[in-house]
Formats: sequence, C-alpha cells, structure tokens
Amino acid sequence: MDGRNFKEKVVEMKNITKMFGDFKANDNINLTVHKGEVHALLGENGAGKTTLMNVLYGLYQPTSGEIYIKGKKVNVENPNVAIENGIGMVHQHFMLVEPFTVAENIILGMETTKGIGVLDRDKAIEDVEKLSEQYGLYVDPNAKIQDITVGMQQRVEILKALYRGADILILDEPTAVLTPQEIEDLIKIIKNLTNEGKTVIIITHKLKEIKQVADYCTIIRRGKYIDTVKVSETTEEELASKMVGREVSFKVDKEERETGDTVLKIDNLVVRDNRNIKAVDGLSLEVKSGEILGIAGVDGNGQSELIEAITGLREVESGKVYFNSKDITNKTPREIIDSGISTIPEDRQKRGLVLEFTIAENTVLENYDREPFSRKGILNENKIKEYAKDLIKKFDVRPNNEKIKAKALSGGNQQKVIIAREVSNDPDLLIAAQPTRGLDVGAIEFVHKSLVEQRDKNKAVLLVSLELDEVLNVSDRIAVIYEGKIVDIIDAEEADEKTLGLLMAGRGGKRNEN
Amino acid sequence: MKTKLKLKEKLFSGNLGFTLFSIVIGFVVGAIVLLIAGFNPLEAYSVMISGVFSRPKYISWTIIYATPIIITGLSVAFAFRTGLFNIGAEGQYIIGSLVATAIGYFLKLPPVIHFIFVFITAALAAGLWGAIAGYLKAKFGVHEVIATIMLNWIALYLNNYFVMLEGFKRPQSETSYEIQNTASITILENWKYSDVGREWLSNYPILKDILAAPVNLGFLIAILLAILVWYILNKTTLGYELRAVGFNRHAAEYGGINVEKSMVISMFIAGALAGIAGALQVTGVTKSVAILAAMEGYGFDGIAVSLIGSNTAFGSIFSGLLFGMLKYGGPKIQPFLRAPSEVVNIVIGTIVFFVAIPKFIRMLGSLMNKKRGEKNVG
Repeated sequence: MDGRNFKEKVVEMKNITKMFGDFKANDNINLTVHKGEVHALLGENGAGKTTLMNVLYGLYQPTSGEIYIKGKKVNVENPNVAIENGIGMVHQHFMLVEPFTVAENIILGMETTKGIGVLDRDKAIEDVEKLSEQYGLYVDPNAKIQDITVGMQQRVEILKALYRGADILILDEPTAVLTPQEIEDLIKIIKNLTNEGKTVIIITHKLKEIKQVADYCTIIRRGKYIDTVKVSETTEEELASKMVGREVSFKVDKEERETGDTVLKIDNLVVRDNRNIKAVDGLSLEVKSGEILGIAGVDGNGQSELIEAITGLREVESGKVYFNSKDITNKTPREIIDSGISTIPEDRQKRGLVLEFTIAENTVLENYDREPFSRKGILNENKIKEYAKDLIKKFDVRPNNEKIKAKALSGGNQQKVIIAREVSNDPDLLIAAQPTRGLDVGAIEFVHKSLVEQRDKNKAVLLVSLELDEVLNVSDRIAVIYEGKIVDIIDAEEADEKTLGLLMAGRGGKRNEN
Repeated sequence: MKTKLKLKEKLFSGNLGFTLFSIVIGFVVGAIVLLIAGFNPLEAYSVMISGVFSRPKYISWTIIYATPIIITGLSVAFAFRTGLFNIGAEGQYIIGSLVATAIGYFLKLPPVIHFIFVFITAALAAGLWGAIAGYLKAKFGVHEVIATIMLNWIALYLNNYFVMLEGFKRPQSETSYEIQNTASITILENWKYSDVGREWLSNYPILKDILAAPVNLGFLIAILLAILVWYILNKTTLGYELRAVGFNRHAAEYGGINVEKSMVISMFIAGALAGIAGALQVTGVTKSVAILAAMEGYGFDGIAVSLIGSNTAFGSIFSGLLFGMLKYGGPKIQPFLRAPSEVVNIVIGTIVFFVAIPKFIRMLGSLMNKKRGEKNVG
C-alpha cells in the first residue's frame, strides 16, 4: 500500500476507562495506531470518541488505563505533554484568534523574535508558507481569520499543529463544517500528510468518508470497544451495523400517495441577508399537503434566509407568503407558530435549544405560556415534567431524564428533543432545515422516518438540505435553489444526482431565463 | 494523585465550595498584608469578629450595612441571569433614594400608606431609569454596560441638582430635608427616644442595645425581595422568557419570545430593585439625600455581592451579609490596633478580590465560550 507498511506502533491506548461521575464515557477501550496510517474512530454521537481523544491529548485524565506513544509509556497530564510527544489535535470548534492573521495564529505561543522581543513577522510568514507548500495546505498567511472560509480556518488549525512539530494528528469531526468541495480538498490533504510520514486519527460518523480516506477503523459503541477493521475489507453496511448495534437501512421506505391542497404558497419573495444583499430574489414555490418538497442547493444560495422569512425571523422585502390561503408575510414568529407551522431549525444549538435549560424546559419553548403548562403567568412544573417525560419516552431520548440540561445531550438526542417538540405541535407544515446535519446513521434514519410520518398524516413537509442524498431519498418533489431563485422543480423519481448537480451549479433549468 | 484530583474536582465543581475556598484565601492574603504592615493578623481578625458579634448593637449595624447591598446584589443578579450586566445599580440606587426622599418629604399621607407610596414610586422611577438602558440595547444595540455607566453619572448630577433646589435643600447644609415620620420604616423610632421608651428599655439592656442602631424593616423586605426574585425567575412564565433570552436569544426568538421586550422588562426589574435599595436606605437609615461628591458604591458593591452569591437570589443574602460584616467590622481594627484605615481597606479589598475574581474569570470564560459558539454556528 503506497510504501506505508503500518508496522511501527505510534499510539497504543490500553484499557482506557474514563468516568464522569457514575457515567462511563470510555469503558476499557483499546486503540492501536501505526505510523503513516489514517485511523478512523467511528461511533454514534455520544459513543465516547471525542472523550477518548481528549484523554490522548491530555485534556482529560483517564480513570484507569495506560497510554504508550512511540513505544514509550507516557502520562499525558496536559496538552503540553501531548504536544511534546508529537500529538496535535484539531477540535471540532476551532481555537483561533479571529482578528489575528493566519500566520500570527499559527505561530501563536511559539513566536520567533528579532533579538529584543520584536516579532519577526517575515520569518513567521516564510515559515508558514514553507509548511503550507510541503503538505499542500493552501492558506493566505496575511489574511485575517475572520475573513477566511471555514475550510481555510481548518487548514490553519492543521498547520498550527504541524508547526508545533506534530506527527500524529487528531481531527475531531473535520468534515462536519465543510462543503463537499472542501471535504475533497481535506481528503487530499490527509493523503499528503500520510505520504509525508504523518499519522492521522480522524473522529467521524460518516461512513462514506471512512471508505474514502481511512486505512483502519476502530468502532466504539456506548463507550465500549467493538472492533478494529481494515477498511478495504469491509462495507459501509457492516460498519454501520457495528456502530449502531443493529442492521441499518439506508433507504427511506415510503409509499406512493396523493397530494392534497396547497398548504404553503410563496409568491415572488425577496429577502435580504445580513449584508443587505438580496439573498432570496423573486422566489416562488408551492408545497401541498401529503408531500415532502425538498429544496436542493449549494450552501449560501438563500436557503437560510428563505426559511427565516417564512418563520418570521427575517423581514420580507417584497412578495407574499400564504399559509393555508392566509397571508402570513412579516407576521411575528409567535403568530406563525400558532397558525400551524413548525420548524426544525438549521442550527439546533443556536436556534433550536436553550442549551442551559433542562430537556423539560426546552420541550415547552413554544407553548410555555399556555395551559396546561402555565396559568396566569405561573408555570405548572408538574405538567411540564409529565409532558417532557412523555416525549422522551415516545422519541427515545437518551438519557431518559427530563431534568438534565440540553447541553449534556449528544447531537442526535438534542435533535430528537427538537423533533419531539415540533412534531407534537401537530403542525400543518413542518419545515426541516438540514435536519440531519452532524447526526449519525441511526439518528438520520429516525429523522427521515419522522418526516415521512408527517407526510403520511397528510401534512406538508418542506425539507431544506445540503446533502444531495438526503434530498433524493426523502423528497417527493425536488426544487433546486440557485442564487435565491428556484431554477427547476423535478419529481424525485425522475431526478438523479447529475442533473441536480448541474442545476445547483446554475447550469441548465427551464426557469433560468426569467 | 487521585485524591489530589478528587479534592480539586470537589472544590471546583461545587460553587459553594469554590466560594468558601476563595473567602479563606482572601483572609489568608489579608493576613499577610497585615503582617507586612507590622500588625498581628490574628489580633486584627479577632477585633473584627468581636466588632461584629460581641454586642447586639453591632449585629444590628452589620445587618443595616448589609441590607442595601443585598438588594443591589439582587438587582445585578437578576439582570445577569437574564443575560444583562447591570453596572447601573449605582445610578438606579441614586434615583430610588432621591425619589423616595422627595415623596417622603413633600407628600403628607398616613403612616404605612405613605411608606408604600414612597416604595412604589421609587421602584417605578428607578425601574424606568434602568429600562432606558434596556431600551437602548433592544432598539439600537447599545451595550448595557456603556449605557448604564453613563446613566450612573447622569443620576449623580441629577441628584445633586435636585438636592440644591430651594425648598428641598435644608438651609446651611449639603443635604435635603428629612422625610416625614409617616414614611419611615425605622422600628419604634420615636418611642425609643421618648421618656417612656427610655425608661422601659433601661430594664431590657439587650433590646436597648439592639435598638441603639437604626434598626428597620429593610432587612425583612430584602429577604422578601430575594424570595420574589427567585420566584419570578424560576416559577413564572416571565422568568422563563427572561432566562431563555439570557441564555440564548436566538432560540428564544425562534420560540416566539419577544426578545426586545424581554430586555426592557429585565432592566426595568433590575432598576426597580436597586431603586428599592435606595428607598429603604432613606426610609430606614439616612432619612434624606445629600449632595454627592462621588458615587457611594452601593450599586458597585452589589456587583461583587452578586458575583460572590453566584448570581442567585439567596446567595445574595449571604454574600451581602458577609460584605456587611467586612464593611462594618473591618474599620474597627483602626482604633484598636492603630492600623491605618488604608490597611483595613486593603484587607477588605483582598478578600473581595479573591472571592470575586475567580468567579469573574469563570464568568468571562463562559461569556467568551458563548460568543465563540455563536461565531462558529453562525
């Protein structure tokens, strides 16, 4: 295999157990990684992947177990020890100083100076350029972090680790924030790194990427070690069932059904984004009851602004939104919710949940001020608790304790809380914006099932997703959005990835002219 | 290694443990400062302790010292729990005491009713004063820290202007006229200085000693206010809305809560609380307002009180009492040990520093995390 032989063990984690109170986040896990390999760490959200890597990086102390780095037993007390031993970690949320330049961020803490403490800026830029060339990590050393794309920020993080002499790189969910094009670039970068003799550990739950990039894959389920497999000798289905612990279906089962009346009608809508540019620019669309209408498109073509406008969070400049034949243009979010529209927001941590609130408090975010949850301004805690318990049971939220804070839940379970809340409002229209972003296969299956259930109850569903597979699998009709307009609407049966891809890129499409 | 970790975890996980630890450290460093200045710290601390507990009168005074800062602490804590940093408790306090004095002096009303009227008008005025900052933030995005700091100075000079007005200013003094007795909440105020009262009290030395200080209903009202704040925050739909906005305004907005209205209401309540502190101080202790050369610090102390009390309603009672003890007992080492008053202030300052600073750092950390989180997701 391209000159890498995977004989030399660089990381060995033996019988690692990490307890948080009574909760075993890692239960006797073993992990062996060889020099030059890409080792994927696969598991559902909350399985303990990140915890294990935080132990390796010295952010957590293991309750028991041993760590060997390059054959030597190391007590990784803190990240400095990890860095000294050549380990670098790129976290899911980047740790960059936004107003600083790329070069300044990379050398931060290890600045070279010209004698008397004056920062040697030229040297820094030179160093960064050299590193960036060596590994094919393109960055602009003089650009400020706040001005560059997420993909480039990630490359800065990787360079930062390399600059500190890392030869074992841990990437925590590196693709979660990237566009498909950026993901391809990242995969190239990872290959360059291993060709240069670096070792990469990648935390992920995306099976496709594992197949594309990883040599070995260790699977963790609910804190326990399940297996380590050679990726070339396994299939996505096998990996999925090992991760979830049961067979997983990638196909969405749904039956043919008749559509009913128009539930949502958008007419020539114009909405401006935060930079005051027309993000939605004369968009028209109809969603009928009993159908899932999927909106496909590349990120940033007006999807977020469209949803915010429908739900009352953003002002409509011109055009109309009709819901069940009533004009709801520029109504308040509360009025729109009350009229029968529920939304699974695009960003569950920003919009969907108050993370510091308990699950119970989050389940009544839209109806806390109504009976039975409150009377005359006084909350009825018992009723809220009962309601939350009921939802937790129905939607299998784990852990099943309504008193814990939402921030303590895994991404998939946070999403379950939101879906539980939104679906329980029994809306005529359910808007789902990127409902499976960052979720693992088990949770994705659940989300898709919930959407189809709504459709089968003769409700309308508007699905907006950047994942083409998702739009293709779940929708009945697919509308392609490009530069704030719907360029074409196709029956899902007749759609394929290639046609959609072209439409999404603004090529082809019968409505393109007007 | 393990036990060390456990101890650390315990201390840093529990808020209470963390606070107590900081208080102890504060006293230790204070002791070092005293040693360097050439005083026996054990002696100094025993003077302070006996200066607070050795006589009933001292305890009365400590509680009197603590009362206003407990309430300004509640004001800061309330705002903080709803995501706002109320530096303006100082100015709201000034407005509250000014309005209380004016209503207490100019109006003639029967007892009790007069006080209730004073209480409500002071709370309303200071509430509106606080709501200005809330409105500026909601409508124009002016940060409440900036707005409230400026409002503090406006309040100070407004106070000085009104106190100087003829008919309100007591001649040959720098203060206003005193409030009517009908507005006072000092317990047995007239009776205890009357002949009958003096005679009766001479048979009950402890009671006499307690009443030697201007004991008033303020402390009881402070406790009721703490209960009210706790109740509003945790048990009402209003508290639910305000906390939701404080924790995550984006999610609150999405859930249909009117974020802008919430900010104004929150600052109104915070302002009203600080104003009540001022009103109680006037009706219970000072009876008038004076021309202020500088800020008195009741509002600023409230920030520290709130921090030490973990921004909770009941925490503010205890930290306010601790603060009251330091403020009342601390200066007593001056006459006893001939320690210069500066040393006393250093000791008080160190303790406050050690109690408040780690909290402050933590708070800053959590605020920064929140900001970073928003950036990442947005």
